[in-house]
Amino acid sequence: MASVSLNKINKVFGSTHIIKDVDLAIGAGEFVVFVGPSGCGKSTLLRLIAGLESISDGELAIGDRVVNELPPRERGVGMVFQSYALYPHMTVYENMAFGLKLAKTAKETVHERVMATARILQLEELLERKPKALSGGQRQRVAMGRAMAREPRILLFDEPLSNLDASLRVQMRNEIARLHKRLGSTMIYVTHDQVEAMTLADKIVVLNGGRVEQVGSPQELYQRPATKFVAGFIGSPTMNFLPARLLGADAGGCRVGAAGLAELALPHDAAAHAQGAELALGIRPEHLRLAEAPDGEGFEIVNVEYLGNEVYVYLEPKEGDTLLIQRSEAPTQWSVGQRVALAPDPEHVHLFDAHDRALPIGPARAAA
Amino acid sequence: MTSRQLSKLTGRLAFWLLVALVVVIAVFPFYYAVKTSFTPSSELFRVELWPTRATLANYLQIFGQRSFLQAIFNSVVVATSVVFIALLLGITASYALGRVRFRGRTTVLLVILGVSMFPQVAVLSGLFEVIRALNLYNNPGGLILSYTIFTLPFTVWVLTTFMRQLPMELEEAAIMDGATPWITITRVFLPLMWPAMATTGLLAFIAAWNEFLFALTFTLTDGQRTVPVAIALLSGGSAYELPWGPIMAASVVVTVPLVILVIIFQRRIVSGLTAGAVKG
Repeated sequence: MASVSLNKINKVFGSTHIIKDVDLAIGAGEFVVFVGPSGCGKSTLLRLIAGLESISDGELAIGDRVVNELPPRERGVGMVFQSYALYPHMTVYENMAFGLKLAKTAKETVHERVMATARILQLEELLERKPKALSGGQRQRVAMGRAMAREPRILLFDEPLSNLDASLRVQMRNEIARLHKRLGSTMIYVTHDQVEAMTLADKIVVLNGGRVEQVGSPQELYQRPATKFVAGFIGSPTMNFLPARLLGADAGGCRVGAAGLAELALPHDAAAHAQGAELALGIRPEHLRLAEAPDGEGFEIVNVEYLGNEVYVYLEPKEGDTLLIQRSEAPTQWSVGQRVALAPDPEHVHLFDAHDRALPIGPARAAA
Repeated sequence: MTSRQLSKLTGRLAFWLLVALVVVIAVFPFYYAVKTSFTPSSELFRVELWPTRATLANYLQIFGQRSFLQAIFNSVVVATSVVFIALLLGITASYALGRVRFRGRTTVLLVILGVSMFPQVAVLSGLFEVIRALNLYNNPGGLILSYTIFTLPFTVWVLTTFMRQLPMELEEAAIMDGATPWITITRVFLPLMWPAMATTGLLAFIAAWNEFLFALTFTLTDGQRTVPVAIALLSGGSAYELPWGPIMAASVVVTVPLVILVIIFQRRIVSGLTAGAVKG
C-alpha cells in the first residue's frame, strides 16, 4: 500500500506529445481508474507509473520516494496485462512464483506466498495446469495472482477485462472490487469502459488528448462534469447538448434561451460572460421531461426504443444531426411522429462556455 | 458404375501415380546408393534393382580406415560446434534485432541478409587469408569459424522473425517480475522458441555436415578432414579405378545421422517453418 504522486508528468514519443503536464495525487489504498477514449494516453500513463516507459519530463513518486529512474522491479508495482501475458510454458504455480524466485526469496516464503495468493483468488485447484488449459476468467485470475504474489505496493491493471465476454466481465468486475476491499492495496486501473470506471473507482481520472480533464468521485463526475468532454463521456446514453444563448445574468443565476425551448432561468453563475454569448446546454436523458406540443412546434419524435425496464425516445434536433435522447421508465405514452415540447429540470441542467468549460453554480444557489 | 464414379476413380489413380513418381524421383538415387554400397565391386556395373549377392565388404573397408573414422569425428565436432555457436549468437542477436528499438535496426538486418548472398567462392581466398592469420589453417576451428559465418545470417533472420512474433506483453510481464534481458531470453523466450531453434539448428547442422569447398581448402592432412572431403578423396587400388562401392558405403554412413535427426525433429521443423503463418 502506497500513495502515488505525479507532478507535471510529460511523455514525448519522437514528435508526438502523448502526456501533457499531468498532475495527480493518488492516496494509499485508493482505487483509481483512468478512463478516456482510445489514444488519450491512459495506457501510456499507466506504463509510465509501471516503469515500462521512461518519463520525458516531470516527477513521479511512489510513497515518498521519487522513482523516475528506478526499474520496474524496484518500484514495488505489479501489473495485470490486457492479454494476461502468462508464461505459456509454466504452470499456474510457476507463473506466480517466477517473480518471487527472481527476487531470490527463500523457498518456503515463495511457497507460502503463492499458496496464499492462490487461496485468495481460488486458484488452488489449478496450480499444476498450464495456461492453455484454463478458461479466460481463470487466466485473468492467474494474471492477477502473478501480479499480487510479490505483494507489490501498487497494483496496475491495463484494461484487464476487455478480452472477456460480457457476463464474465461483470463477474470479474465484482471480483476485482471485492479483492480491493480485501487487500486494501492501492490500485490503478485503465479502461475505456465507463461502466467499469463508474462501478470500480473511488476516484476517476478522465483523460483526453494527453491531459487530465477532470478528477473526482463517480458521483462528482456524473453530477458536476467540469467540461463538456467529461459530460459527454460519462453516462449512457450520452448527455444531450443544445446550442444556447445567454440572455442575461445576475447574482442569482442567469437566463438562457435555446431553439425550441422556453426561456430558462438557471442557477449558474454567468457573470463572466457577455450577454448573447454562445453556450452549450447539457441535459442528461433522464432529466428531460416531455410535454405534448401543437403541430409545427416543439420537436418531432423520430424513434422510440423499448428496453423492457425503460424507454428511450429520440427527437429530431433543431440544429446539427445528433438526435436528442430522453429516457424514462417503461411504459411510455409517446410514439413516433408525435411532436413534443421539452421541459428541462433547471436543477439538472449543465452549461458549457465556448471553451467547453462548465459554468459554476452561482454562490446564492450553491449555499442553499 | 456410373461415369461420375469412374472419373472419380481415375482422378484418384492419377493422383497416386503422381505421388509415386515424386517418391521415385526423390528416393531412387538414395536407394541406388544403398544398393551399390552392398554390391561387391566385381558386380558394380551390372544394372539390377536388387543386389543378387549382398556383401558388407565395402563397409568393412571404410571402417577399416582410421582416417575415415577420424573424419566422422571431425564432422561431428565441427557441425555440433557450429550449431551451438550459431544458436547462441543467433538468439542473443535476434533479441536485440527483434526486441530492442534502436536506430539502424533495419539496416543491420539488411546487411546481414546481404552478407548471406555472397557465394562461397567469392570469399574463399579472403577467408583463407583470415584463417591463416588466425592460425586456424588445417584445424577444425577454421571450419567452425567459416561455417558459422555462413550460417549466422539465416539463423539470425529466422530467429528474429520468430522473436518478433512473441507478444510484447510477455516480455513486459517478465520485466515487471524483475527479469533482466538475459533471464527473459533464457527463461521466458527460449522455452517458447524450441521449434525455431530446432529448425535453424538442424539446417545449420546439415549445412556444416555437407560442406565441401571450405573443408577441402582449409584442411591439409587426413587427421583434420571432414567427411565430405574424406569421401571425395577415397582412392581405389589404382589411379584408374574409382572405388564406387566404398564411396557409396561412406555416403550412406554419413547420410543416416541426418535422416535420423530429421525424423526426430520433423514435427518441430514443420511447426518452426510455418510458425506465424496461422495465428494460434
